[in-house]
Amino acid sequence: MYPRAFHYHRASSLREAAEMLSRLGEGAKLLAGGQSLIPLMKLRFANPADLVDLNFIRGTSYIKQENGAIHIGALTRHAEIQDSAAAAKIPILHDCAAGIADVQVRNRGTIGGSLAEADPSGDWATVLMTLTTDVHCLDGKRKRSVPLRDFVKDAYTTALSHDELVSEVSIQLPPKGSGGAYIAFKRAAPVYPTASAAVQLTVEGDTCKEASIALGCVGLTPVRPSEAESALRGQRLSEKTIAAAAEGARSACDPQGDMRGSAEYKREVVGALVKRAIEAAVRRARGEQVEVSHLYA
Amino acid sequence: MPESAKVAVWVKVNGKEYSREVEPRLLLVEFLREELDLCGTHIGCDTTYCGACTVLFNGAAVKSCTMFAVQADGAEITTVEGLEKNGELHPIQRAFADCHGLQCGYCTPGMMLSALQLLSRVKNPDEKQIRRAIAGNTCRCTGYQNIFKAIEAAAEGLGGSHQGG
Repeated sequence: MYPRAFHYHRASSLREAAEMLSRLGEGAKLLAGGQSLIPLMKLRFANPADLVDLNFIRGTSYIKQENGAIHIGALTRHAEIQDSAAAAKIPILHDCAAGIADVQVRNRGTIGGSLAEADPSGDWATVLMTLTTDVHCLDGKRKRSVPLRDFVKDAYTTALSHDELVSEVSIQLPPKGSGGAYIAFKRAAPVYPTASAAVQLTVEGDTCKEASIALGCVGLTPVRPSEAESALRGQRLSEKTIAAAAEGARSACDPQGDMRGSAEYKREVVGALVKRAIEAAVRRARGEQVEVSHLYA
Repeated sequence: MPESAKVAVWVKVNGKEYSREVEPRLLLVEFLREELDLCGTHIGCDTTYCGACTVLFNGAAVKSCTMFAVQADGAEITTVEGLEKNGELHPIQRAFADCHGLQCGYCTPGMMLSALQLLSRVKNPDEKQIRRAIAGNTCRCTGYQNIFKAIEAAAEGLGGSHQGG
């Protein structure tokens, strides 16, 4: 399958890429990892007149810790994050990076591309919603930093203007006693999940001090189930409070029935995923090494 | 539809250098098959699912149906044609033959290149690592069991000393 013909531009810096977008107009798109965009172009759902390739820009792929935050360059591939010291330190990042599609896609796909695409089934936005995440953006003239919750506006819609791009993602290190887990339910590795749940908890003894939950693939953007979070926050962790949180997640999500299952089915899946993710997050918050992997149908 | 200017591409495929002028929309897999006559890389689903088109791109397994040839400018690529050396099958090829790791053979080139990335990074992979390594490669004949056996046998055959292709 061939995409429509397009003009190809190779940017040598992020600023130059932004200037190209500005000069080329609305018909221009950025090419990062291409693992969503290229299939969309082949199926002719996306037909850019101009493509600005970011892959030849030096210094856009890095993971570093500075001032209590992890900074990840926009073009950093999922596979690089999976194997990083940052992912070893924040296990939910490893759950996310290691569970995206398959080896080949993880070798190409980028964190910046995933956030900028804002696919409702994408993994990164859901996971990073549970941490304090800022998306650093730039255009030809200025830079700005947007909290992730304000960055994702709607399905496939972000706060980016046409000639603006993502340069870096920064994630605050979770406090001591905090642990998280991300679990998706998938029919096969290369496909998007049916539903997913990200949970980050701060635990002191038997009490959950802080709870942050986000649900993926069950709304136009990642869903934050506030009732599920308040069912845990300040409460003693027990089967009862965990069940209440799962119930809160079930009622907060807004799934669409499709080839991956009916809305009712996805709601049940969400409840089960949240419960499992809470259990893993609690154990990690207590310092246990817990291996988490996605569930396959 | 815009008239798109051709773009110069230099690549090293299986150790041999090639320079071509290509249309930007030419996919890497089509470039390998049609421009370089290397038809061992297969096109299966053509939608980033099946992995039949897997090649190594600077040592990393990628789906060559999901990259443009222009993106490969300056890159080193390994395809299935690069596995055999001086008429000798690569240990991965030998193991797939010995363990009946294929039936129709359509997925086999991609499967072997995913195995090559794994074995160039992990000397003695366990079953879980092998399963994860080929999760992006679909086989509709074998039921995968003999593929796992072939990759295990290849790892043993390489004796942990292999540095990757």
